[in-house]
Amino acid sequence: MNKIIPVLTVLAVIVAVWYAAAIRMNSQWTYDQAARAGTEVTLSTLVKDTLAQERPKLPAPHQVVAELWNTTVEKKITSKRSLVYHGWITLSATLLGFGIGTLGGIALAVGIVHNKAMDLGVMPWAIASQTIPILAIAPMIIVVLNSMGISGLIPKAIIAAYLSFFPVVVGMVKGLRAPDQMQLDLMKTYNASGAETFWKLRLPSSMPYLFTSLKVGVAAALVGTIVAELPSGATRGLGARLLSGSYYGQTIQIWSALFAAAALAAALVIVVGILERAVLKKMGMAQ
Amino acid sequence: MNLLYILLVLAVWLGLWWLNTRFALHKSTQWIVPVLFGITLILLWEMVVRLFGVSPVILPAPSAIWTRLVSSMPILWQDFVQTIFKGALSGYVLGCGAAFVTAVLIDRSPFLQRGLLPIGNFIAALPIVGIAPILVMWFGFDWQSKAAVVVVMVFFPVLVNTVAGLQATEAMQRDLMRTYSASYGQTLLKLRLPAAMPFVFNGLKIATTLALIGAIVAEFFGSPIKGMGFRISTEVGRLNLDMVWAEIAVAAVTGSVFYGLVSLIEKGVTFWHPSQRG
Repeated sequence: MNKIIPVLTVLAVIVAVWYAAAIRMNSQWTYDQAARAGTEVTLSTLVKDTLAQERPKLPAPHQVVAELWNTTVEKKITSKRSLVYHGWITLSATLLGFGIGTLGGIALAVGIVHNKAMDLGVMPWAIASQTIPILAIAPMIIVVLNSMGISGLIPKAIIAAYLSFFPVVVGMVKGLRAPDQMQLDLMKTYNASGAETFWKLRLPSSMPYLFTSLKVGVAAALVGTIVAELPSGATRGLGARLLSGSYYGQTIQIWSALFAAAALAAALVIVVGILERAVLKKMGMAQ
Repeated sequence: MNLLYILLVLAVWLGLWWLNTRFALHKSTQWIVPVLFGITLILLWEMVVRLFGVSPVILPAPSAIWTRLVSSMPILWQDFVQTIFKGALSGYVLGCGAAFVTAVLIDRSPFLQRGLLPIGNFIAALPIVGIAPILVMWFGFDWQSKAAVVVVMVFFPVLVNTVAGLQATEAMQRDLMRTYSASYGQTLLKLRLPAAMPFVFNGLKIATTLALIGAIVAEFFGSPIKGMGFRISTEVGRLNLDMVWAEIAVAAVTGSVFYGLVSLIEKGVTFWHPSQRG
């Protein structure tokens, strides 16, 4: 609880800096307008004008909040201008991809732990793949799948799956290897089969690792989906909102899409966190 | 005919897999396994593309990508300089430097730490790449905007890790410094910064990938007519997929080398840490 006051203070400072920056960055336009009209700019008109421009360089926080309110609550959710609509498009692709990536990642991790050749062959590549900017591949996957007649949800989900896949593999392998020799020996003294050791020892002890990498994976899946929505042609989703906002100089639209994406990411990570706590508590592993 | 091809591909795969399981048995030959696995993948890729006549618009063969890679070296080098040296590296140095300095500055104020850390952790999980269109608008199409995106992307992971690292010393060690009557600066320089290095490098390693991603994705939102992200997005539009794959290959190698370099520096700086010994 002693975190709340410092966090709020820092947030207040950020908002204050933001307002100051908005006034400063937008002032050029105001001065130009005033010079053209031949009027003098006083401080109060400067502040008033810079915080209420149509296409500011940096929209003020209250403009972004107003736009968010407008596009989520006031618009019908089936409307093309509703952020809820675009957010849902992005969320559905993210969740589908995240699900595929997680299942695939767990399956591969199980294979790696139980097969020496797979461990030696695949694992270095799985780790190396985390150091490469996989996201660069996204536009190509979209276009190629599009030319094969697959468009919409699936290509985005594939990229999201791809991005959440490797963190899950690496984390899960670490988790399945977490039981120490003593515990494995105990299972052997029980004459447990490989499957029994897996279900009763390895899988349960991998859960904390799994959830840690799920949090990384779900955030990565969302980033993947948003970037997958960038290539031309996409008109739906938060990524498309970002791109069209940047084409038409609609800065307020960009910022509100950005905040929606941030809220979505936060919500996803929090949901995984709640699941984690519930599962670990049920297993008696909660700290 | 197709059935024959499928059987052929399967045979090659299983044969090489069997070979790999043999190599995996002995310690002296184990290093071959990942190499052979990589070769198997490329070989199967090449075979599938040739045998089934996959259109180069969908998946070019590795050999075609290699030919393209070799023949368009000047363009690739130009894109590499634009994206990696100008965009990613300058942003990486600026962002990591700023994060490190910030972490040391807020080190004396537990209040600021308690306030900044949750926010930093929160922001580190957000899709920050989305900030790219805004920064492209502010800083123009050239590399400055890409460097700015990279700065924002690498800042928070490095900040959070450095702050955590500065708290990594034990009370016993700090007490020892106090018995030496070491000043705050001396304790920081001689005990806490060295002790923080494993954490700092953890952040720096995460930041290498983020820097490349930031620089490449920011170019999707607008760039001068060079740069890896620009090339990828335009060549995809022209269906020159071999060129796209060549750029991706360059990006992949760069990412691994960048990560490897930071790991090497880490090895030199934190030679005393248990994870580096043995």
